[in-house]
Amino acid sequence: MNRTLYGNLIFELSKKGRKGYSLPQDYDRTHTTAELPATLRRKEAARLPECDELTVVRHYTNLSHNNFGVNDGFYPLGSCTMKYNPVINEEIAGLKAFAGLHPLQPAVTCQGALEVYYNLQVSLAELAGLSEFTLNPCAGAHGELTGLMVIRAYHESRNDVRTKVLIPDSAHGTNPASAAVCGLEVVEVKSNANGTVDLEDLKRLIELEGPNIAAMMMTNPNTLGIFEPRVLEITEMVHKAGGLMYYDGANLNALLGECRPGDMGFDVMHINLHKTFSTPHGGGGPGSGPVGVRKGLEKFLPTPRVKKVVVNYDLPEDGPTEWEGFIVDWGQSESSLGSVGNFFGNFGVMLKAYAYILSLGSENIKHVGQLATLNANYIKERLKGDYLLPIKGLCKHEVVFDGLADKSTGVTTMDVAKRLLDYGYHAPTIYFPLLFHESLMIEPTENESKETIDAFIDVMHKIAEEAKTDPEMVKTAPHNTPIGRVDDVLAAKQPVTTYWKSKQSS
Amino acid sequence: MYKYFPHTEEDLQEMLKAAGAKSVHDFFDDVPEATRFKREYELPEALSETDLRLFFEQLTAPANTQPLICFAGAGCYDHYAPSIVQNLIQRSEYLTSYTPYQAEISQGTLHYIFEYQSMIAELTGMDIANASMYDGATATAEAAMMAWGNAKKANCVLMSETVDPKVRRVVETYAHFHGFPIKLVPAEGGVLDRKALDKALAEGGVAGLIVQQPNYFGIVEDYTGISDAVHEQKGIFIVNANPSDLAILKTPAEWGADVAVGEGQSLGIPMTFGGPGVGYMACTEKLMRKLPGRIVGQTLDNRGQRAFVLTLQAREQHIRRQKATSNICSNQSLMALYVTIYLSLMGKEGLREVAEMSYAGAHSLRDKLIATGKFKDTFPGQPFFNEFCVDYEGDLDALLDECTASGYLAGVKVGEKTLMLAVTEQRSTEEIDELVEIIQQFKEEEAKA
Repeated sequence: MNRTLYGNLIFELSKKGRKGYSLPQDYDRTHTTAELPATLRRKEAARLPECDELTVVRHYTNLSHNNFGVNDGFYPLGSCTMKYNPVINEEIAGLKAFAGLHPLQPAVTCQGALEVYYNLQVSLAELAGLSEFTLNPCAGAHGELTGLMVIRAYHESRNDVRTKVLIPDSAHGTNPASAAVCGLEVVEVKSNANGTVDLEDLKRLIELEGPNIAAMMMTNPNTLGIFEPRVLEITEMVHKAGGLMYYDGANLNALLGECRPGDMGFDVMHINLHKTFSTPHGGGGPGSGPVGVRKGLEKFLPTPRVKKVVVNYDLPEDGPTEWEGFIVDWGQSESSLGSVGNFFGNFGVMLKAYAYILSLGSENIKHVGQLATLNANYIKERLKGDYLLPIKGLCKHEVVFDGLADKSTGVTTMDVAKRLLDYGYHAPTIYFPLLFHESLMIEPTENESKETIDAFIDVMHKIAEEAKTDPEMVKTAPHNTPIGRVDDVLAAKQPVTTYWKSKQSS
Repeated sequence: MYKYFPHTEEDLQEMLKAAGAKSVHDFFDDVPEATRFKREYELPEALSETDLRLFFEQLTAPANTQPLICFAGAGCYDHYAPSIVQNLIQRSEYLTSYTPYQAEISQGTLHYIFEYQSMIAELTGMDIANASMYDGATATAEAAMMAWGNAKKANCVLMSETVDPKVRRVVETYAHFHGFPIKLVPAEGGVLDRKALDKALAEGGVAGLIVQQPNYFGIVEDYTGISDAVHEQKGIFIVNANPSDLAILKTPAEWGADVAVGEGQSLGIPMTFGGPGVGYMACTEKLMRKLPGRIVGQTLDNRGQRAFVLTLQAREQHIRRQKATSNICSNQSLMALYVTIYLSLMGKEGLREVAEMSYAGAHSLRDKLIATGKFKDTFPGQPFFNEFCVDYEGDLDALLDECTASGYLAGVKVGEKTLMLAVTEQRSTEEIDELVEIIQQFKEEEAKA
């Protein structure tokens, strides 16, 4: 990463008359858009930049130098599973034959692509311990919403009106937000002193809301990185009340090789392929959020569905012939919840996830959870002196501290996070979960070496020391980044969200 | 050990010791025995990189995966993009980063999102755009929810029957679960039936109206006066527009839209079997605080430098939880970068040229198909852009099979006799002529025999 700000906007590099493309000129010009009535045409041309190719190349190359990615250094952003994004997966996703496929072309011309799609569905079902998966959702929150729709469709099919969803207070913000989008009312379940679901509170809420409970959403290990040890009791309680159990797969990485959501009694879940299955986060997408269901709920999944079928033909010459292959089933069955996207999801992302699964194979995937967990527990043990560990005991793939152990100089979690940037690290997730005031959530993933982790731990200790000896310096960090701390209030008070607005205001 | 696992035996022992454990299994002592996974996963064994390549080479052999010469559209278009776009978005600083929460080390991402928002605002004519949505369909559904949430007294959101049925189904799905009815306004002759619309508006309680431009059948509809009529009912006007065509076509803002949405795949993104593309969403300043998703804004840093940052976050799920404007978290950021670089290269003139070529190609193909005598216009006299419908007199499935066998995807069947074809600047005059020739030569009886 370049620690000097590059700073230009592409519009500022534009000069009338320049161009960065070349198109064939020998086409039939019998018809032009001038034929369209003036009332259908725009009055003024869009003010897009005019740039030559090299200017554009340098601009986006220089801009990238002001960005930090997993390839630049350690990225312990809790809950986001910033693991290594294997380059071979990019090569495979970039194969021309896949890139040129139209989603509506006949299935017989794209059996290879459909095979990948289908086999990924089956692989995820095996890894999750569930019956079937849809790959249509484009991200984790999209998966949550789709999963909740499955649950509502299930209750609707039984003419059972249920409007509430139980969500622990430690849950990701997307959980309650997805519930609200899905027309459900959130009932918050308290955490106990151990940071896990308070079963007494759950019991009370179930007694109170009983027949109104559509589902309970759970992350396990939860957002504190702690496994919910009484998960079987919880699923039993909710099932008894007639609700379904939803598993937020954001933290699935911890469990690969050790246990499966389906075996814990969950009925519906989503997986973030961009977390557990190594596909790049891309600065915030494209992701992929497949949704899996237990046996009996398959019919509620959204359409279209990719299926394996056997078709019998009776050809005049060859007689009865059997064709086994894959199809996209666009059929809109009565029971399906509907559709959640243009076509059938982010296929380009699925290719990378499937390449990852094939690369690791059954013999390596099973170590993912163990190594991720080892790394997190190692960090926990080595940092718990200088940083306040609010909940003792085992963690899984991530660990949450409640800021510095010694807060006497007023150095906050925000300051620690910003100081880490100076040392060449991405910050952990901060101020989440909301259970603590100074949450600092560290997720190392299985890909990080002992050396990387040791160096990070050393820096964390050093920052704790700096907080005592030179608190002002930490409070004003970062000092060594392309920009310093930004004025968030100014940004929100007088929002400038386009170049044109920026020009007016300058 | 495995290539993505750096732990040597020595590392393992040292780390286990420091963590107070004897084996990695100890970390799972709190997992109830009954839920422990004790067998091997039923998955293939690990493939070496060489074997992995071989595996995918076989899957992409022409017999297994065969891209066709594409005259299909229906929401996914085969446009050209300069080679450098794909190359630049693969830069690991973009590819391997996440949502730019730490502005100090994310100016690259924040800059391009700001540029993207500016370009979308400029193409649509709207005041403000967000950092992207999953796709055009979910962006439209979010717009419907925005209309519903914005309305004081309403009992429905209206949607034109000329909106892509795939998009309609997504909007209807979201609306059903969110808890509001979608009323479909019927079409007449391939365009929104104005009388039916007037009637639906007169019934009152309308939170908004969703239309598409060009509509599903490729027709460029005249939406004059509709915005006023919807506003009179205190509803908002939502236009789903193909952004590529907005180089020429009247902008959603010029139609009086409050919200503009659509699928950005047409801005040079490879079709990739339908995804990833990118949904775009833009609105008036008035609705700014109701917009879902990430928004990047300009500000200053403590050194006085211009800087960019995620802003207006009080709308979002990680702050507002169930009271957020939407549940969206990850969007399609890297595809927004794709669009930004594409538009930087194509620029003002390039996008117009693409539009002219696509328009010219589609109209030329339509003339040639009519001239074969085998087709009639499905919607005679309706203006279209680069996609149109024709009715075939014979067995359409047999004809399409014949085209597929010759390597052509001759469009999308949208009715028993109706074929919808799209042409982009990628389709040469030779390809257009060859497709017409295949169709001209096709004799059903022979195919059947």
